[in-house]
Amino acid sequence: MLYFTRWRALAIVLTAFVVCLCAVPNFFPEKMVDSWPKWAQRHVVLGLDLQGGSHILLEVDTAAVRKEKLEALRDDVRRVLRDARIGYTGLVARGNGVEVRIREGANSADARSKLQTLSVPVGGVFGTSGGNSLDISDEGGGLFRLTVTQPAINERVRQAVEQSIQIIERRVNELGTVEPLIQRQGSDRILVQVPGLQDPSRLKELLGKTAKLDFRLVDQSMTAEQAKQTRPPPDSEILPGAKGEGASYLIEKRVMVSGGELTDAQPGFDQRTNEPIVSFRFNTAGARKFAQVTQENVGKPFAIVLDNEVISAPVIREPILGGSGQISGSFTVQGANDLAILLRAGALPAPLTIIEERTVGPGLGQDSIEKGKLSSYVGAAMVILFMLITYGLFGLFANIAVAINVAMIFGVLSLLNATLTLPGIAGIVLTVGIAVDSNVLIYERIREEVRHGRTPINAIDAGFNRALATILDSNITTFIAAAVLFYIGTGPVRGFAVTLGIGIITTVFTAFNLTRLIVAAWIRWRRPQTVPI
Amino acid sequence: MKLLRIVPDDTNFDFMRFRRISFPLSAALSIIAMLLYFFHGLNFGIDFRGGTLMEVQSKAGPADLAKMRATLGGLGLGEVQLQQFGAPQDVLIRLAEQPGGDAAQQAAVAKVRGALGTEVEYRRVEVVGPRVSGELLSYGVIGLMCAIFGILIYLWFRFEWQFALGAMIANVHDLVLTIGFMSLAQIDFDLTSIAALLTILGYSLNDTVVIYDRIREMLRRYKKMPMPDLLNAAVNQTLSRSVITHVTVSLALLALLLFGGQAIHSFTATMMFGVVLVGTYTSVFIASPILIYLGVGTGRDALSSAPDDQKP
Repeated sequence: MLYFTRWRALAIVLTAFVVCLCAVPNFFPEKMVDSWPKWAQRHVVLGLDLQGGSHILLEVDTAAVRKEKLEALRDDVRRVLRDARIGYTGLVARGNGVEVRIREGANSADARSKLQTLSVPVGGVFGTSGGNSLDISDEGGGLFRLTVTQPAINERVRQAVEQSIQIIERRVNELGTVEPLIQRQGSDRILVQVPGLQDPSRLKELLGKTAKLDFRLVDQSMTAEQAKQTRPPPDSEILPGAKGEGASYLIEKRVMVSGGELTDAQPGFDQRTNEPIVSFRFNTAGARKFAQVTQENVGKPFAIVLDNEVISAPVIREPILGGSGQISGSFTVQGANDLAILLRAGALPAPLTIIEERTVGPGLGQDSIEKGKLSSYVGAAMVILFMLITYGLFGLFANIAVAINVAMIFGVLSLLNATLTLPGIAGIVLTVGIAVDSNVLIYERIREEVRHGRTPINAIDAGFNRALATILDSNITTFIAAAVLFYIGTGPVRGFAVTLGIGIITTVFTAFNLTRLIVAAWIRWRRPQTVPI
Repeated sequence: MKLLRIVPDDTNFDFMRFRRISFPLSAALSIIAMLLYFFHGLNFGIDFRGGTLMEVQSKAGPADLAKMRATLGGLGLGEVQLQQFGAPQDVLIRLAEQPGGDAAQQAAVAKVRGALGTEVEYRRVEVVGPRVSGELLSYGVIGLMCAIFGILIYLWFRFEWQFALGAMIANVHDLVLTIGFMSLAQIDFDLTSIAALLTILGYSLNDTVVIYDRIREMLRRYKKMPMPDLLNAAVNQTLSRSVITHVTVSLALLALLLFGGQAIHSFTATMMFGVVLVGTYTSVFIASPILIYLGVGTGRDALSSAPDDQKP
């Protein structure tokens, strides 16, 4: 056990050295590391609990996605039947689908084949396994039921999540923060992590808005108050004002131009009143539509509707032909700025809800780093001292091995670009405990073997031999616990699992190789007659 | 230099005799722990109960809790808990989960921010919605189960089934007592607590496995030794290691407890109890003697024809 070939010894030392070397970038200022070659830049990332920042988990409103899908289907059915000149009655969205009754005398087979064209294959994960998007059933008496299949809804939700991620990325990037992390989680969730924010309320503001912008005409057939008392006309609805002062408007449901046709939006100031505004520009198609509508409706008010709230309802003074315009709605400077960001980034396909938020201010993060450092140093100092008192020279060997062990943990963490959290620091401190334990196991065994009257080299050899099996067994059990933690944990807890797991691996490596190598080298050098243990 | 020997060489305590005390004692403690759990309850943190936790620091000297309580009490957010947290200017604010789904939680945070304004620094804000809290709890419980079974299966492969069962009983005993402790001390039970429980599990098993390893080795070597004597010898021989390891782990934990700050205080306190107090006791007084009852070592003569590579 104590004999190493030259190559083996070299390999062990080299491995430990290289892994330790990986930790080096952490000790230099970030600016300096940035100028190094790419492969040398890998370093430990501080978790949000240490550097401050926001962790926000968003959920896509799948009910809204489903509803929108059904409305689109209803419109499609209407269009297809109209185009084919097939008479129908009672077109309604019901449950998971749409029902329509074909008028008597109409060709039901023809209707069926026309409706069939609406059903398209859903792109499953493995190509064609998704099936079709619609189940069409003939209920007799000319009644057709079109049910949206689960794969089709799932696919739509998946698309909505993908689109939302892209839009969120654009919105968050406008905040100018460093390295935001935006990723999908589960089937309908999005995780947003933004480091270094003092106040996340602006971020949340930007994330929480769907930013669906429509230009619609104001219904002038009656006032909003009248409509509230009686009933709004079928093609109009009552919408509140965005300022929340209780104003409401009667707005046509038909959208003249939608925010999707904007190509640019910029905050600015009105030249006359000097109040903040957002100026926008349409794409060609949008510009054409806008020109047409404004030409036809000069003198009438139109409404700018954002997320079902009316920002303003100005009167069209003259046709707007240039494809650009401005929105004024007694904004603050920041409000105009944010609206411009939202319009540029585009509307979310469905509303998002914040279902979890964890924000740590930079002050607390800095405190945590200092406390983590202090407790690590104190813990390490006490353990080192205790080992020296208990095992003397061998205690020194153990301390060297543990120090290399900790350096290796940082090396591996850097290689993985892993995140270090406060519980992660606790994990490292505990690893020091485990690493020391492996040495204790070996040394206690050596003490025993010496007592049984073995020669020094023999006792050391047997001590290592017997203890290593135990070290492996005990570490694998702890490793299983760490693996489970990693799998179920989120955020800080996962950070703990990572350092604990890596710590166990490096501990086994150092116990099996480094400690033995150090002791073997010492034996070759001193040729001891007794074991000083 | 004279080296420290915490445990003298060749101790020979009769640990197995204590099983007549330790088993009833553990049974009683476990029952008390369960009663505590059911009647005193765990102090579930927002991870598992949903709700809002805010850590604020008063910018102008020590925080005026009474004033803050009055300010926040008038917001109509239900029960608002305020607690001094570490330094006198640090305050922990807890809001119960607001009725009305996820959006209502965010609205509550906005209200508190509006009421406290800029007099305080918002050091930490955590909001967990009703669905996430439910999921976190079930993940936590499933995780604990998975860990116990994963370890059990590993032990079953490495040892005989009696050892795996013995280790599991010892483990569950540890977890039950620790949960009882958390209930008694009303430590916040959150995700970090699950991490603490899993670590306790790992450490306690680590200890048990070290002793079991020795028992297995001796079973192979001393085929005629009566079981209680053999177990005693195994525990005595590993006693020094157990004590030294626990001293080092305690030193590390002590450093975390004293200097690690409030954020991991409950974590380290739980670990201290679970690893240092319960874990050590269990592996010596429960995990080892229980092997007698589980029938380890009966019919060992039949095994003597088996391969015996550890024989000296």
